[in-house]
Amino acid sequence: MDYGFTEQQQEIVNLARAIAQKKIRPVREHYDQTEEFPWPIVEELRKVGLFGVYLPEEVDGLGGGNLELVLAAEELSKACGGIALCVATSSLCALPILLYGSPELRKKYLPDLATGKKLGAFNITEPGAGSDATATKATAVLQGDHYVVNGIKNFCSTGKDADTYVIFATTNPNRGARGISAFVVEKGTPGFTFGKKEEKMGIRANGTYELVFQNCKIPKENLIYKEGYGLFIAQLTFDYSRPGVAAQAIGIAQGALDETMSYIRQRKQFGQSISSFQAIQHMMADCATQIEAGRALLYATVRAMDASNGPAIRKAMEENKVVADCMNELDTKRWTKESGMVKVFCSDTAMRVATDCVQMCGGIGYMRDFPVEKYMRDAKITQIYEGTNQIQRNEIAMMMIKEAASKSKKDLVAA
Amino acid sequence: MHIVVCVKQTPAATQVPVDAATGKLKTEGLPYGLNPWDEYAIEEAIRIKEKLAGSTVTVLSLGPARAEEAIRAAIALGCDEGAHLVDPSFDGTDNMGSSYLLSLGIRKLNAAKPVGLVLCGKQSNDNESGSVAPALGAWLDWPSVAYVRKFASIDEKLAKIERAAEDGTDSLEVDLPAVVSVIKEINEPRLPSLKGKMNSKKAPVAKWGAAELQAEAAKVSAGGRLEIVGQTPPPPRGGGIVVPGATAQEKAAFVANKLKELKFI
Ligand SMILES: Cc1cc2nc3c(=O)[nH]c(=O)nc-3n(C[C@H](O)[C@H](O)[C@H](O)COP(=O)(O)OP(=O)(O)OC[C@H]3O[C@@H](n4cnc5c(N)ncnc54)[C@H](O)[C@@H]3O)c2cc1C
Repeated sequence: MDYGFTEQQQEIVNLARAIAQKKIRPVREHYDQTEEFPWPIVEELRKVGLFGVYLPEEVDGLGGGNLELVLAAEELSKACGGIALCVATSSLCALPILLYGSPELRKKYLPDLATGKKLGAFNITEPGAGSDATATKATAVLQGDHYVVNGIKNFCSTGKDADTYVIFATTNPNRGARGISAFVVEKGTPGFTFGKKEEKMGIRANGTYELVFQNCKIPKENLIYKEGYGLFIAQLTFDYSRPGVAAQAIGIAQGALDETMSYIRQRKQFGQSISSFQAIQHMMADCATQIEAGRALLYATVRAMDASNGPAIRKAMEENKVVADCMNELDTKRWTKESGMVKVFCSDTAMRVATDCVQMCGGIGYMRDFPVEKYMRDAKITQIYEGTNQIQRNEIAMMMIKEAASKSKKDLVAA
Repeated sequence: MHIVVCVKQTPAATQVPVDAATGKLKTEGLPYGLNPWDEYAIEEAIRIKEKLAGSTVTVLSLGPARAEEAIRAAIALGCDEGAHLVDPSFDGTDNMGSSYLLSLGIRKLNAAKPVGLVLCGKQSNDNESGSVAPALGAWLDWPSVAYVRKFASIDEKLAKIERAAEDGTDSLEVDLPAVVSVIKEINEPRLPSLKGKMNSKKAPVAKWGAAELQAEAAKVSAGGRLEIVGQTPPPPRGGGIVVPGATAQEKAAFVANKLKELKFI
């Protein structure tokens, strides 16, 4: 379907597709099996400039928005959702800096993330704080010109292979949710090491690590925005980034269906190709319909988000201000509900489609030397990270109730 | 160093039908792209530019209006600007005429900023003559080397290069400026960067016709001195054989018979 992309957006699609199909597809099994980090592919992505498509030109990005990021993530994920993840985690690290960072912090960290010279990671999760980030236990104590961080963060994607990390720790345990703050930490900072590497079901090309902080000193300037703003920062970041997970999901679903279509047309049983059976045809039609519905929701939502966020980001760049402050000044809409909807719909679609693709292929679909089972393993994570789909539904419902309440209040005033 | 890369826009298709009536290739409506061999010349030019500080690369192409796309595709890869030789009187010229026109383009570029090296692909994927680069050297009266697979070293004055020969490799030293055509073994062409793509849309591309080049009409006349007697597509490749048989033994027996039939065993 023609979604009316700009020339630049079409170039992103073409380039990401070329890398996905020519460079990633031939090696994805290798990285899935070995769990090595795909450095040669990172180098390709760097060279063509796919890391910074959504970042402003002022910080060496291409000047696009969320749609540009989503298009790159979708195309790369069609070949391998695990390898594509390094682009997403770099954006997850860049976004809190873009949205809440001071102009100085932006200038210091975003250009290297935009060019891909450095990879980024983002870690809010802890062993005791998953869905409930308010339970964060890691601490950051201000001592003179630096914070001293202690604690264990876990499940960090691109864990050991990033250079720049955004992490969350409490600066005031007495204040609970309002005591959590966000920091930028560089790899190699004394007191910052890596713990356990997880063994995973899917997205195995991207290592998931524990981050260990033992009296780790972070310069005071690396606090993002103000103390106590950590969860606001995380929420605004997720509002922006969850469509990226949706894009990964849609890419995985489409990749699985493409592989399946080429197999079921040539596989013969009962003297005919299995794609001639109506039971299979209905399954493929449902898969394609759900993917297209997800994609349409995804593109429509990020377009609306870009139109809404764009002016605040531009204003912040031009006037040397913090983006979130400009959003407040311009009364920019919050996208929590819509971005949750996109993530839920597309990731549930990916899981269903990938499962049906294995079913359509039959026994071979279950085998490791055939590409479809990997899509099913990779699809599962999209329902879990950046907030499980249960949490998304909670947030969607909460926003609905708030909206309904404020509407009935308005109606009351009007009446 | 000022490097010039000559590129041609050619059909990006492996099967080009022949018009039965005229005996000519039916190129209307085909997708066009950079001649694949030129991609290696472009890549080598960019690598030399990256090595020799202060270098620039100009893309030169002779062809109809659409050939500008090929020039911009080369700029997207990292070349700096382009020159497009375009004029109705250039249409249908032969390889002698093409190389003559390209030599005039290079003279013009050379007058503005002395050229140190001209790079070409070894041949185009449509005519496959491989004669344009050597002829270009002759028109310019510059040294020319074809089938180059490596630049061992290069500075402003001298290039040490390796030329592929049937029985090995020739190691040559060439005074610059020179014309060099390259083969696929020389490098692995990069993909364009997004910034390169966006910049290429704005990069300057000069348009030079017969008047600007002061081309002599007799040397470029349509068809030139070349007479095309006829053209036919290459015979299609035969399909493979699917080995029949329900068991490994049956399959092996079939293969053994086939090999005997073909007198391989
Ligand atoms: C491969 C992988 C990579 C990851 N990468 C990162 C990363 O880079 N950075 C990072 O910070 N984190 C990362 N995570 C962590 C991820 O975001 C969390 O796993 C996720 O938010 C869920 O938290 P949890 O695992 O603690 O599950 P829990 O919170 O323990 O949830 C368990 C179950 O309970 C449900 N549940 C919990 N609370 C509620 C509720 N209130 N209402 C209804 N249901 C509820 C959940 O939906 C889930 O089904 C990653 C996780 C994985 C598996």
